[in-house]
Amino acid sequence: MFDLDRWREIFQSINKNKLRSVMSGFTVAFAILLFTLLFGIVSGLKNTFEGAFVDDAVNSMIVRVWKTTKPFKGLQSGRRIQLKNPDYDYLADKYDSKIDLMTARIFKNFSISYENKQDNYSVTAVHPDHQFLEKTIIDEGRYINQLDINESSKVIVIGRLIKADLFGEKPALGKRVNVGGISYKVIGVFSDDGGDNEERIAYIPVTTSQKLYGNNEYLNQIRIGYNQDLNLDEAIAFGNLIERDMKSKLDIHPDDQSALSVRNMAEGRKGVDDFMIALFFIVVFIGSGTLIAGIIGISNIMIFVIKERTKEFGIRKALGAKPSSIVGMVVQESVLITTIAGYLGLTLGTYILSLIGNSLERDYFIKDPSVSQGLVIGATFVLIISGLIAALVPARKASQIKPVVALRAD
Amino acid sequence: MIRIKNLHKSYPIGKDSLHVLKGIDLHIKEGEFVSIMGSSGSGKSTLLNIVGLLDEHDEGEYYLNGQEIKNLNEKKGAVLRNKFLGFVFQSFNLISYKTALENVSLPLYYKGVSRKERQKIALDYLDKVGLKDWASHLPNELSGGQKQRVAIARALVTQPKVVLADEPTGALDSTTTDSVMDLLKDINNEGMTVFVITHEEEVADQTKRIVRLKDGIITSDTINVQRKPVKTV
Ligand SMILES: Nc1ncnc2c1ncn2[C@@H]1O[C@H](COP(=O)(O)OP(=O)(O)O)[C@@H](O)[C@H]1O
Ligand SMILES: [Mg+2]
Repeated sequence: MFDLDRWREIFQSINKNKLRSVMSGFTVAFAILLFTLLFGIVSGLKNTFEGAFVDDAVNSMIVRVWKTTKPFKGLQSGRRIQLKNPDYDYLADKYDSKIDLMTARIFKNFSISYENKQDNYSVTAVHPDHQFLEKTIIDEGRYINQLDINESSKVIVIGRLIKADLFGEKPALGKRVNVGGISYKVIGVFSDDGGDNEERIAYIPVTTSQKLYGNNEYLNQIRIGYNQDLNLDEAIAFGNLIERDMKSKLDIHPDDQSALSVRNMAEGRKGVDDFMIALFFIVVFIGSGTLIAGIIGISNIMIFVIKERTKEFGIRKALGAKPSSIVGMVVQESVLITTIAGYLGLTLGTYILSLIGNSLERDYFIKDPSVSQGLVIGATFVLIISGLIAALVPARKASQIKPVVALRAD
Repeated sequence: MIRIKNLHKSYPIGKDSLHVLKGIDLHIKEGEFVSIMGSSGSGKSTLLNIVGLLDEHDEGEYYLNGQEIKNLNEKKGAVLRNKFLGFVFQSFNLISYKTALENVSLPLYYKGVSRKERQKIALDYLDKVGLKDWASHLPNELSGGQKQRVAIARALVTQPKVVLADEPTGALDSTTTDSVMDLLKDINNEGMTVFVITHEEEVADQTKRIVRLKDGIITSDTINVQRKPVKTV
């Protein structure tokens, strides 16, 4: 029902009683402001944790080896463990159904040169699946493929920054670079979300590396991307299974984490998931606390305001105001103030978040703090409803006071 | 216009109750100018509040414009007050954040009159009480006598059947008292029923009928023959 006269009454009442209106508006604006900041920062935290996994495939694990620290089956501690091609093939065959992606890794460092430019870079020898496990983004050309593995081709995929170092603006694809004295053909240029260090790497085929540098079957790591269908708990169990299996295969004490370990992304993921759930409950708790404080604030102010206006209501009633007109006026005024104030709090909160967003990301690793509009509109809605109820209850009561009593009030 | 039979009213005070009106019989016809006289605490205001539907009586009968007033809810009371009654209070009871004009037009708002019409009528009534030039002033910019004249304009603006005034001159000095009483006399001369409470003999003396109240009982009810001549309009 739109009643222009009613709105005029309300605007006059708000306008002529600015302090009162500002007071009640402030409570709401402040509650919504806090709410916005809280949820904004928490969503930033969430982005940070999720961002930590952007770089690598979430459903993956890495089998790593080093030296034994425990004697086992008559073998002394301090023995160097070495992964080899048969270990890779063993895992690939035995767990075929649970494995989606698989690659070995051999880490090398070489000086790479092109024409008169040269520098030292990490060179990692990999299988084709490494592209997906590392989430490597091919900008130009292609990645290592199975044919390269089969033929031990001297091909290389270089990071964006290597290309910038050696080639500048010139094209790199198809050119030959010198890698530790051996000539390789550049077949691709890639970028990676993992940061600059991961773009100063070059990839070569595993077989090429083994053949050219030492002629052996040695591998540094085996990385496995497991089936997407495994849930977090199953993935963790799978990781543990592989660890036990490999330890028994390589005669390592079951508790010797130094000799062989499996770094399972699912474990970190589970930790973060648990943390996010805990955070969610904390936020819900604090967020609803903030809202409740806002609601109590409005209720108190409305009770005070209505008490203060009792005499005015008495006068209005003596002049012929029906109780419904008194209630409507007060409720409409309250809802108007809550809505405007809620909107202001929301706008201010969003603005502050956008202002501090950059420094939060730089100094506190809180990434892109922002709130979903739906959430805050929901919160504002809750406050508007509360403003309505907060006004309705005391206004009803005040409107039923006998005029003679109301007129005596001061 | 107003017919009251054996009216009783008590106020609860703790466990006891204070019997204030002890059987009032009063009949006021249309166009009368009546004053209620009595010392402080005799129950004058109580009576006027019941007549004005601002309060309820406990026992007896009350007919306003032929309609029995009984178990009135706040809504019906509001409609009847708006339609039949105009109030003038000792303490003016103007709304402080509204201008003189807005105060006067408020009863018309509750009557459902359009905004333009309201302002026109209200300005006419302010003119009638000689305050047209003060229309846009707030109450705290007006003197006591001016405030009461605004209140009178507000009481008249809906053209009620009865104007009820509870010690309208109680807060005024003698000069302004006279101007307010002259105004009430003018209104009565135009045919409006006026019902005034006072404890000042000079004020009562200017009305046509004086009802004396003592301890909640009417002790005398006389036609005031030797009242001062009414100013010719
Ligand atoms: N709301 C009330 N509660 C209790 N006592 C009241 C109330 N209103 C008036 N009284 C008492 O009733 C008596 C009559 O009051 P009132 O009608 O105001 O007298 P008057 O207007 O003649 O001075 C006084 O004793 C007064 O104290
Ligand atoms: Mg009195």
